[in-house]
Amino acid sequence: MHNVFVYIEVEGTQVAEVSQELLTKGRKLANQLGVELHAVVAGTGIRGQVEQQILPYGVDKLFVFDAEGLFPYTSAPHTDILVSLFREEQPQICLMGATVIGRDLGPRVSSSLTSGLTADCTELEIGPYEDKKAGKVYDQLLYQIRPAFGGNIVATIVNPDHRPQMATVRSGVMQKALYDGACRKEVVYPEVSKYVSPEAFVVRVLTHEVQAARHNLKGAPIVVAGGYGVGSKEGFEQLFQLARVLHGEVGGSRAAVDAGWIDHDRQIGQTGVTVHPKVYIACGISGQIQHIAGMQDSGIIISINSDPDAPINRIADYVINGTVEDVVPKLIKYYRQNSK
Amino acid sequence: MALKIVVLAKQVPDTRNVGKDAMTAEGTVNRAALPAIFNPEDLNALEQALRLKEQHPGSTVGVLTMGPPRAGEIIRQGLYRGADTGWLLTDRLFAGADTLATSYALATAIRKIGGVDIVIGGRQAIDGDTAQVGPQVAQKLGLNQVTYAEEIVSVKDGRALIRRVIDGGVETVEAPLPVVVTVNGSAAPCRPRNARLTMAHKWDHCPLEAESFVAPSGAERGALLNQWSVADVDGDPAQCGLSGSPTKVKAVKNIVFQAKESKTLTGADADINALVQELLNEKIIG
Ligand SMILES: Cc1cc2nc3c(=O)[nH]c(=O)nc-3n(C[C@H](O)[C@H](O)[C@H](O)COP(=O)(O)OP(=O)(O)OC[C@H]3O[C@@H](n4cnc5c(N)ncnc54)[C@H](O)[C@@H]3O)c2cc1C
Ligand SMILES: Nc1ncnc2c1ncn2[C@@H]1O[C@H](COP(=O)(O)O)[C@@H](O)[C@H]1O
Repeated sequence: MHNVFVYIEVEGTQVAEVSQELLTKGRKLANQLGVELHAVVAGTGIRGQVEQQILPYGVDKLFVFDAEGLFPYTSAPHTDILVSLFREEQPQICLMGATVIGRDLGPRVSSSLTSGLTADCTELEIGPYEDKKAGKVYDQLLYQIRPAFGGNIVATIVNPDHRPQMATVRSGVMQKALYDGACRKEVVYPEVSKYVSPEAFVVRVLTHEVQAARHNLKGAPIVVAGGYGVGSKEGFEQLFQLARVLHGEVGGSRAAVDAGWIDHDRQIGQTGVTVHPKVYIACGISGQIQHIAGMQDSGIIISINSDPDAPINRIADYVINGTVEDVVPKLIKYYRQNSK
Repeated sequence: MALKIVVLAKQVPDTRNVGKDAMTAEGTVNRAALPAIFNPEDLNALEQALRLKEQHPGSTVGVLTMGPPRAGEIIRQGLYRGADTGWLLTDRLFAGADTLATSYALATAIRKIGGVDIVIGGRQAIDGDTAQVGPQVAQKLGLNQVTYAEEIVSVKDGRALIRRVIDGGVETVEAPLPVVVTVNGSAAPCRPRNARLTMAHKWDHCPLEAESFVAPSGAERGALLNQWSVADVDGDPAQCGLSGSPTKVKAVKNIVFQAKESKTLTGADADINALVQELLNEKIIG
């Protein structure tokens, strides 16, 4: 009862990275609250395939629902599973990825259970809350912290009276880590037909095509990011070259994506991916709040900008006052010279 | 088969230009301080509805919106593009709604409209970016849902064939009607306003808009649009607005980034060479 739950997403038998990231976060929250971390996964042919991708992140109990029709994901069967399971288990917190699946499933489940749901949280913490109007005090609520209003403000949301407290988190925002503390690692395989009615399988998936990610921007130790100041698609070629010699990846601001200079799946920021590289090289990026939201936790930030007052320079460790076309080739040249 | 289609459309503050006075002390949005626009992805939703109407003669498209009286503008914008009708849900009791209370209100109105085959919403509204209202409306009505749709390819024999985007790919799914569909921004853009329809509906208005909405002398007064209160849709006030919202805003803060101590360099060869050496020596790159 009152444990922390994480919904685990799968593509075939592959567990989504965002789910593992949430397990690590969920473990911390469970420890703080003195409760267990439970995980729930639903798919087809997953028994024996997914457990070892889930348990090492500190799971006390894993519920595996394995049956025909549970993969590819459709809304109703997965909703039925979570709603029935949560009625039995009464979790206090449920986390899921702010993915296409999580954003389809989360609201459906929260509406069924009349619980609150906060989308796209960037931080989750435990803390007290006082409802002055009702004169009530709560000591351990989940603070669901998220940007709002186009990223111009950060709001802390709480769900005082409804359980579970549900939140979705985008991929890459939390960081995964294998858990070295003690946990029970129990696995159960409930009978799916007890949770899902046959009528739930009415939406049929006729085709399902997923391409493997074409890059590893999220995990790259060095990110070379380009903005509107890069000026052209050809300009981005230079950035790819720099990334190649440094063994890094290339990302971009939304302005660069909108200009068609770089693919959408490489956008960094509030509405793109969040990265935490050791080194972030911002080339011709002004540093608007929505971009910074996706890279502010980078180790060393280097900014190349022709405008000495660009906002990004305030959070940079190294500010190079210069143009991208001039500086990037020099970085390549001197790296080659000095690294030998 | 003629279809009865309802489009969910929200009037949103244009979050691209947010000033300091945009939030109230209670942490809710001060909508009056921002320009109000038709939520962008709801326009994509409207386009899908209008296409279905063209493919299925006799179909009707109605725009359902919840908001303050000035949100009547959303219905007019729909009519200008080819919608047949609209409903404005407006009542002080609806104010302060989170997504759950919003979807309760919309679902109640859809039940009142009755006989709806397809509800089409935008994927998400730019003021909240939550993408929750569509699925929650579907759940409240006990209907199937298909989110992130890029195209409603066809509706035949009571089933809709839909292409949708998923993480890193695409899917086609088939769902029986009635169904709730939410449409992604990558779907076809909405057609522009039709000049003839704009002239015809320019002065249509909801009763509560009437005071601020006066046709110039000589102009036709315009038709009266549907305006519903909580009581009109037989809603339960306890499930509406602030009281029907499980989530509360605890705190809101403006973002301030801590300035770092930084080293400033020029683009001169000597500077860049020294930087690369420093990074290599400290094993930051290598
Ligand atoms: C709801 C919402 C979500 C958003 N989400 C994101 C997001 O996820 N990611 C994101 O990045 N943005 C996002 N944005 C957009 C964001 O507000 C900015 O518009 C965007 O980040 C600006 O990109 P930029 O810095 O490349 O362009 P600009 O702001 O145009 O900056 C270009 C910079 O390049 C410099 N420059 C020009 N020429 C040169 C040169 N030759 N050499 C060197 N420097 C040069 C200029 O001095 C300037 O600083 C979002 C906006 C909204 C409203
Ligand atoms: N007040 C509202 N009136 C009408 N439709 C709405 C309202 N709020 C949300 N919607 C619909 O639900 C979608 C998702 O909204 P949201 O969950 O707020 O991101 C929007 O794109 C609209 O189609």
